[in-house]
Amino acid sequence: MSPDPQSQGAPKPRRYKPLTMLAAGLAGLAGALFVGWLALPPGLQAALFLIIAPAFVYFLISRRMGWSDRWMVIAIPLLWFFVFFLVPFFVLGRISLAETMIARPPYSPLWETDRDGNLEIIASLENYRFILGDALYLNAYLSSIKVAFISTIFALLLGYPIAYYIARSPEPRRSILLLLVILPFWTSFLLRVYAWIGFLRREGVINNVLMWLGVIDEPLVMMQTDFAVYIGIVYTYLPFMILPLYANLVKLDDALLEAASDLGARPSVTFLTVTLPLSMPGIIAGSMLVFIPAIGEYVIPALLGGPDTLMIGRTLWDEFFSARDWPVASAVAIVMLFLVVAPTMWLQSVQNRQEERD
Amino acid sequence: MKRGWFLPIVATLGFAFLYAPIVSLVIFSFNESRLVTVWGGFSTRWYGELLDDGQMLGAAWISLKVGAWAASIATVMGTLAAFVLTRFGKFRGKLLMTGMITAPLVMPEVIIGLSLLLLFVAMEGVLGWPAGRGMLTVIIAHATFTAAYVAVIAQSRLRDMDESLEEAARDLGAGPVRVFFDITLPVIAPALVSGWLLAFTLSLDDLVIASFVSGPGASTLPMVIFSKVRLGVSPDVNALATIIIGIVALAVTVAGVLLMRQSKRMR
Amino acid sequence: MTSNPALAANTKPWRDPAAKPFISIRNVTKRFGDFTAVDDVSLDVYRSELFCLLGGSGCGKSTLLRMLSGFETPTAGQILIDGQDMAGVPADKRPTNMMFQSYALFPHMSVEKNIAYGLLREGKSKAEAYERVGEMLKLVKLEKFASRKPHQLSGGQRQRVALARALAKQPKLLLLDEPLGALDKKLREETQFELVNIQETLGVTFIVVTHDQDEAMTLATRIGVMTEGVITQVGEPREIYETPKSRFVADFIGSVNLIEGKAGPAAPDLMRVETDDLGPVVVPPTAGLTQGQTVWLAIRPERVWLTREPRPDIANSVPGVVQDMGYVGHMSSYVVRLANGRLIRVTQANESRRDTPITWDEQVHVGFEPSDFRVLTQ
Repeated sequence: MSPDPQSQGAPKPRRYKPLTMLAAGLAGLAGALFVGWLALPPGLQAALFLIIAPAFVYFLISRRMGWSDRWMVIAIPLLWFFVFFLVPFFVLGRISLAETMIARPPYSPLWETDRDGNLEIIASLENYRFILGDALYLNAYLSSIKVAFISTIFALLLGYPIAYYIARSPEPRRSILLLLVILPFWTSFLLRVYAWIGFLRREGVINNVLMWLGVIDEPLVMMQTDFAVYIGIVYTYLPFMILPLYANLVKLDDALLEAASDLGARPSVTFLTVTLPLSMPGIIAGSMLVFIPAIGEYVIPALLGGPDTLMIGRTLWDEFFSARDWPVASAVAIVMLFLVVAPTMWLQSVQNRQEERD
Repeated sequence: MKRGWFLPIVATLGFAFLYAPIVSLVIFSFNESRLVTVWGGFSTRWYGELLDDGQMLGAAWISLKVGAWAASIATVMGTLAAFVLTRFGKFRGKLLMTGMITAPLVMPEVIIGLSLLLLFVAMEGVLGWPAGRGMLTVIIAHATFTAAYVAVIAQSRLRDMDESLEEAARDLGAGPVRVFFDITLPVIAPALVSGWLLAFTLSLDDLVIASFVSGPGASTLPMVIFSKVRLGVSPDVNALATIIIGIVALAVTVAGVLLMRQSKRMR
Repeated sequence: MTSNPALAANTKPWRDPAAKPFISIRNVTKRFGDFTAVDDVSLDVYRSELFCLLGGSGCGKSTLLRMLSGFETPTAGQILIDGQDMAGVPADKRPTNMMFQSYALFPHMSVEKNIAYGLLREGKSKAEAYERVGEMLKLVKLEKFASRKPHQLSGGQRQRVALARALAKQPKLLLLDEPLGALDKKLREETQFELVNIQETLGVTFIVVTHDQDEAMTLATRIGVMTEGVITQVGEPREIYETPKSRFVADFIGSVNLIEGKAGPAAPDLMRVETDDLGPVVVPPTAGLTQGQTVWLAIRPERVWLTREPRPDIANSVPGVVQDMGYVGHMSSYVVRLANGRLIRVTQANESRRDTPITWDEQVHVGFEPSDFRVLTQ
């Protein structure tokens, strides 16, 4: 007979306080070690991290802890995201209330003590008043929305038939086509945008081909226009449109289409009355996945757009890197944040509804 | 249903649209002429120039290091977050955690970059750490936003996984930590590998966030490329692009062959 | 390996009020939010029993099983296994093992490693563990498949690996969640007997959760019928079938005709019940009935007599017309419509080929022996 696991008696009562302190201490030690590692050659560090981090977690939890000590496991990712994702937004919000100064860092502190030793909090909405009053910023916001919207429409018009075609293809071809859609994503985004410069510019591939064919006499001006920006956005975000659409359309039951045509609907009617309404969640997901990042896009307007292509991501960038006005850049970012929150929440609610139905 | 001509044509045009720029990049990387789009004869001189370009090679090395580090941290953090969210039931802070790992997916890069930079500056002011901006700050920034992608992948794998596997291991006498390392981790390992690769790719690809949080001596490859192409087309960038495309194509082929073999073995 | 233990199937300890139960579930309740999955259940199971918890989906049987294995904690109540309170004992420290409905075989481990997993966790040496693995593989006749991965096995083989893995640690109690649910009908019937054989060879106590009444009847020493979080009746298969305590149990196990009526005056030998459908009916005397109380008479279709001529020797006989019949080979089943429209189900064994069988639209008589009625009050 094996020793009876029950004979060890009742489980000991748990003491959380010392454990908490132990955890804090170990976390601190880990933090210090983490900084220490950075002196090592990074290739080695990366390898070490893969081994040490799980081992550390293992050590932390395996100290005779049951499931009820799970908060330790929760704490690690929670803290990381809290410090490096959430806190930055508070810093951002706080600096958007500061004044720009010639100093390091180039903004006024949150509080000052005057000669009498009184604490004085410095915060003003001046930056917001400034960006909302200046037509440049307002136009940049509006034109970002316009560019993102038009690009999304084009991406949808191009992406839908492709997604539909892939979803209706027989199996070996379907996988290959899907792979072909995803493949460009794994190559550098920057280089793919760059490739369009060679295509669109005055002596570029398109003009050369059209002139050689005799379609045009004069080269078309395409670079540094809004058109180039649309092309760039549609090009880079097309896979994000196709994939959710594909995922939706591939689930579409053939029998539904057959039933519709059996009941006398022409293919075009079937499409409008059956396929299109059923693929609405895919359309919304795909459109939002194009629209939301397109609003904040910087690289595409910077490389393909002209000086008058106003987009808010680019305005923020210039405000920060050229004008070096950190507080105004922060205020621009905060306003922009609200611009992306609304469509994001809509997307989330659509997806939640979808999940419930599935 | 009758076969339409419309769909195949649009699909062909669509794929042409996706691949034509890439193909032309590759072709013109072998162009003798400096004028990138005028054919001046076959040559590999730009590859030679690329290999002599110390700045470009240095930046590439930095990008690889940053990518490896960031992807590793992101994989650990993303996996932990996903595990906690799918297996721990309800706990205080769950909603916060869900929000914090979804938000980076839709947050414009300029905002992430700027807010993290401001955080690093503020932390340096208050804590004295991190001292200045450099590779460390880029690694942290990349690890944070790519961890969200890893978490999404890991979460969907963990949801699909039959939870009775973990219960069975508990039932056979394994403690919770043991179960995680014996059962959960091996079962979701393929998802974690693809999560790591995705994080690595995203890190290698990122220009905006790196531009904000990087410091002197830690320019990543996209930063160097960007400063070059901003001034117009340059043939050595074409050569670089061709090399990257070659590596990706090779990797995809190898992965494809491996997957095919595995699925055959499964059958 | 094991000397033949005194099997509960033979000694029937539940009939002995002095017998000590091996597993005691005492007033256990489990709530998930507002939903009560298990409602104040008490149950005793004896050593080396093969106990079946039978019920429809969502009746709480799986929750009860998961509380025994330690995956759920009771909201209230107590669970004792071999005299020890299980409160606060996590799943990995309990002397129970479970066979999961999905089998839950670790996909990245070979058959051997799956079976050895639990043995290695209790600190056995590799040699010891693998010796035991060999024994288990022999028991379930899978010696040749030791190094296969689960996905290389058939459904029946997986089921046997899952059983071997759960039995390898010699648990005091083996919990089986729908052990045969994933197998096709023919394989299921073969495996039922194999399962009983293995249980009888090892003498381990089994608690099986199933929704399949045939399975429960074949396997169990005793059956507990569960509905809406409550065990409505516990008994040997024959008891559950022949003397159900409620309309629910009577209807749930097998097929039954239920006839509503009012109890007549108490009588020492035979009692009368006034029914709308059959008129006055004579039934065996039942204790605890008051005159005029509503009762239900339950009778199994195979206990109903079906004849062309009236049977004066049977106390209760009524005429009717065959509305429907179905031929199933070894028996035929009929639906007979009585004068007032009431339908009575009847089955008849096809014992001989010579008879001309009763068929559609024939005028017939259905007869009920008083002793075949079971009088139910709830």
